[in-house]
Amino acid sequence: MMFDMLASGGGGPSSGLSAMIKDVLNASSVPEIFVPIMTVLTIVFLVTYRSWTKPKVAAGLGLLFVAFYLWSATDPNFLKIIVKPDNVPITIMLVATALVTWVAFRQAAINDARLERGEPLIESGADDKVLVWPDLVYTELICLVLCSVALVVWAILLKAPLEPPANPTNIPNPSKAPWYFLGLQELLVYFDPWIAGVLLPTFIVIGLLALPYLDKNPLGNGYYTFKQRKFVIWMYMFGWVVLWIVLIVLGTFLRGPNWNIFGPYEAWDPHRPAALLNINVSDVFWVVLPEKTGLWKPGLPTDDIGPIPAYLIREAPGLALLGGYFFVLPVVLASTIFRKIYRDIGFIRYVIFWTIMSWMFIVPVKMVLRWLFNLKYFVSITEWFLNI
Amino acid sequence: MSVFGNIGKYITESQVWGSVFRHGIPRDRRTRAMAVLSNVFLHLHPVAVRKSGIRLSFTWCMGGLTFFLFLAETITGVLLMFYYRPVVEYAYGDIISLRSHVTLGLLREIHRWGAHAMVIAIWLHMLRVFLTGSYKPPREFNWGVGVILLVLTLLLSFTGYLLPWDQLAIWAITVGSNMARATPFLGHEGPGAQLLMIGDVPLMHAGSDARFLLLAGTSVGPNALLRFYVLHCIFIPLVVLVLIAVHFWRIRKDGGISGPL
Repeated sequence: MMFDMLASGGGGPSSGLSAMIKDVLNASSVPEIFVPIMTVLTIVFLVTYRSWTKPKVAAGLGLLFVAFYLWSATDPNFLKIIVKPDNVPITIMLVATALVTWVAFRQAAINDARLERGEPLIESGADDKVLVWPDLVYTELICLVLCSVALVVWAILLKAPLEPPANPTNIPNPSKAPWYFLGLQELLVYFDPWIAGVLLPTFIVIGLLALPYLDKNPLGNGYYTFKQRKFVIWMYMFGWVVLWIVLIVLGTFLRGPNWNIFGPYEAWDPHRPAALLNINVSDVFWVVLPEKTGLWKPGLPTDDIGPIPAYLIREAPGLALLGGYFFVLPVVLASTIFRKIYRDIGFIRYVIFWTIMSWMFIVPVKMVLRWLFNLKYFVSITEWFLNI
Repeated sequence: MSVFGNIGKYITESQVWGSVFRHGIPRDRRTRAMAVLSNVFLHLHPVAVRKSGIRLSFTWCMGGLTFFLFLAETITGVLLMFYYRPVVEYAYGDIISLRSHVTLGLLREIHRWGAHAMVIAIWLHMLRVFLTGSYKPPREFNWGVGVILLVLTLLLSFTGYLLPWDQLAIWAITVGSNMARATPFLGHEGPGAQLLMIGDVPLMHAGSDARFLLLAGTSVGPNALLRFYVLHCIFIPLVVLVLIAVHFWRIRKDGGISGPL
């Protein structure tokens, strides 16, 4: 499947270096390439945080990004998407996020080096208290003025969007939620609405609320550091960058009509076919597997066995998989790689911790399974509207 | 002394001036402390703060910026309320009028871009608080208040998205609110909803589920517009205001801007 998409993603004859780069980037826009690349980039950035945050390297990367954006903007299709009024904030968010991430990890790198040498932190100024008037009040005033100016300039340069009047019979294709929810809308590709639109947001909020009570590490309170809080920063940055920002970019910039993927330099063609046959775990277990191995008779179970309804038997393999993931895996992890975490936070906190982690990681797990095996549902009990 | 100096002296020594400002011009420690203490707005601050805590590279000013944008949204929002009627027949026309009748009108632009900026600012504020470990004791509770404020900010932006009543608005809200249809137990297409029955009568149907509560209807229509308007202009801002008060109060009570212990 991946190669089909690679082949079809190129789009038309091309010549010259810039056309070649565009072809490659267009072809890399499918989620099964785009998301892994972004994940690897995130990992590389976190691992090498001491090197790339050096001002010169960071400035170079920043210039590279600006050059890439400007060069891309010469392409009419790319330009069309990024100058859509409601997409402009996304560019601003990307730049702002990159900037503050650099500021944070630069200071973390400096602090971590100082901690290793036993020197005081950037933030340790002993008792150097200053009066709020004038030191803070004036900083706030300057910020306020600058931000007001920025906001007014933004408002002058860019009109707020206004499309034709609402028409309940004319459904736009694609229909998109506001951009800050597009990560969740993107998840609709992989999950039913009750998970993508209800369960996962709920778990995000609960997870954030629970964070201070789950993170019992007393270090790194009130200063930038990465070394002293590796695990929790890894998890947060993975969720925030890969599962939130990257999916927003994917959903806003790369999803076109019929929720098909279009490369950043491709025109949105509403007539591109979207045919993909996804299969459930039950199909794999009861049909594909026996057909290949001849171990048992192929065919989905249709008869109840005693009090057990047929759909439970049909979904038993998927239920077993999910059961293993939600209930057995945490036990295994608690006695292996999460042994220290379990010891530190105790049983109840560990249960909450795993509930949140498991729902966070079911997203990439299911994405990968979809890309590799066209998996549709682990469990599909349509009788209960219960598809996972 | 110059004429201006005399006039200035006359003003600052008048009874009116003295009744407004209870202290002299903030030039020394005492009057500077008084300037903060005797002003209802400034006294959100302590009198003195740790120097390293107010560096721009530490806070990025993002929390303050979020608050500033909230104020900007409130002011422009109240002004917009003079011109906008949350009725299907008028809503779109009112937005058109704002655009065509007001020369150099920027109200709606500032309101819309301010809203987007507020979403970005609050995300980055949370990122900063996370990366400095400032949610750790004793600030766990205030982090929670902040998380709720984040959710409310997104809801504010989401409810406001519908008000122009254009194609962008109703379909974005349709996509978003369709999720509520699938809420477990509480949405008529959610898992478990069909367990809620009295005899053969389902309790959860399109006219009684979570989406119906949100939209006051089974699709995004006139009732939804009014409901989102009230949520956007009154209900959520009031809750946000209360929580902002708690949030700011707790910053002080939890020891001010965080720093190494």
